[in-house]
Amino acid sequence: MDARLVHPAPSVSPERGVLVALARDIKLAARSKGEVAQALAFFVVVVSLFPLAIGPETALLKRIAPGVVWVAALLSVLLTLPRVLASDYADGTLEQLALSVYPLPLIVAGKIVAHWLMTGLPLALLSPVLGLQFGLQAHELSVLFASLILGTPILSMIGAIGAALTLGVRGGSILLALLVLPLYIPVLIFGAGAVEQAMVALDFSANLSLLGAILLLGGLVAPLAVAAAVKISLD
Amino acid sequence: MTDAGDPAAPSVPTMKSAHNLIARDLQLERGARSIIKGLSFDIRSGQVLILRGANGSGKTSLLRILAGLTLPDAGTVAWDGEKPKALSAAWRNAALYLGHTNALKDDFTAQENLLDALSVDGIDVTPNAQLAALDKVGLLDRRQVLARRLSQGQKRRVGLARLSLALSHTPRKPLWLLDEPTNALDGQGVALFTGLIGEHLNGGGIACIATHLALNLSSPVTEMNLDSPMGALQ
Repeated sequence: MDARLVHPAPSVSPERGVLVALARDIKLAARSKGEVAQALAFFVVVVSLFPLAIGPETALLKRIAPGVVWVAALLSVLLTLPRVLASDYADGTLEQLALSVYPLPLIVAGKIVAHWLMTGLPLALLSPVLGLQFGLQAHELSVLFASLILGTPILSMIGAIGAALTLGVRGGSILLALLVLPLYIPVLIFGAGAVEQAMVALDFSANLSLLGAILLLGGLVAPLAVAAAVKISLD
Repeated sequence: MTDAGDPAAPSVPTMKSAHNLIARDLQLERGARSIIKGLSFDIRSGQVLILRGANGSGKTSLLRILAGLTLPDAGTVAWDGEKPKALSAAWRNAALYLGHTNALKDDFTAQENLLDALSVDGIDVTPNAQLAALDKVGLLDRRQVLARRLSQGQKRRVGLARLSLALSHTPRKPLWLLDEPTNALDGQGVALFTGLIGEHLNGGGIACIATHLALNLSSPVTEMNLDSPMGALQ
């Protein structure tokens, strides 16, 4: 009994914090399915505007396809970032998460995974369909899909850091965009670059490897950075 | 392990009886304004600190410092002799904080909100115990109602259900930090709240409560008026 009293929560394994936060955010997103669908619809509409605006110039459309899909993905993710922390901040549940028996970085990691499952993953799954509009070939579509699968989790991670830093700031959403979009540039270059190299039959694996490396690094650093920023915002 | 160690409260898992919360010369400034200056107090297991003061006198700020959410500009807070950094594990495992917001998700029902808060606290509760707690706070027939449709008092009662379950389940949270918990509660709700505090204190807990009401508690009460200079103890 005494061991339990000195450390009041030994039965709680910290790793469970990831699952607790993940399950919670997915359940919340399921309550507002509209928001998830809106981000996807935005992605589809933005990508579809380009063929309409440029007209049926197949070569040109194909040339710009990787960049268009990637930029649209960046913007869609950007639109959903306030959902990661801002609503929890507004209703006071973020304080409760910060005071949870689970360490805040693990809770934040769960929230980032939940955000990716609700935005990045559906975007990546939709991308081959949209790529068809631009006349991409099968292997180019698969590289586009792979680059988004590797790249969108990074967008969620960097975005969560920005979202945490702009909590409670007036006009935070524009500040968030100004803060986060420049940091998205490397992901954009490597992601769109991989597809472009596949289109000219060059080796695209270096670009995907770099995305993978950023993903691993982000997975280690982002939860700690977000947790630190949340603590500052709550102070 | 038995839960019947303390004859005063047989249903409550007992805690180490030697908890203490000590604050020394706390100071907090926001901009040019000094919100808390030179505040010191000692509270031990079974004691309650009632914070009084006008709106804006620093009650919420003090509770946030005690919760580890805010760092004081000067002075120290120590829990059981430890001086934890903000939001360290010792602090998070000890403190249960009910802020002035209800910390409810509008899109969750009353029961889902209760479950959410408990899972964040690391507490596993059987469905029957949940229903019993909701019944105790008078929300049994409102448990499937979305929090956005609950009245202010009913939202507060979800918090009471959480306190009630925190009392009877492990991990126990020995330090309760409650910001205006009696706001919007009716007479019966206040009586219920007072009962929960009594049980918590009997089980060896510590409570810090900001409230404008006179609570009818049998335990030793320390009142602190944040309006008076230096936060003098009364």
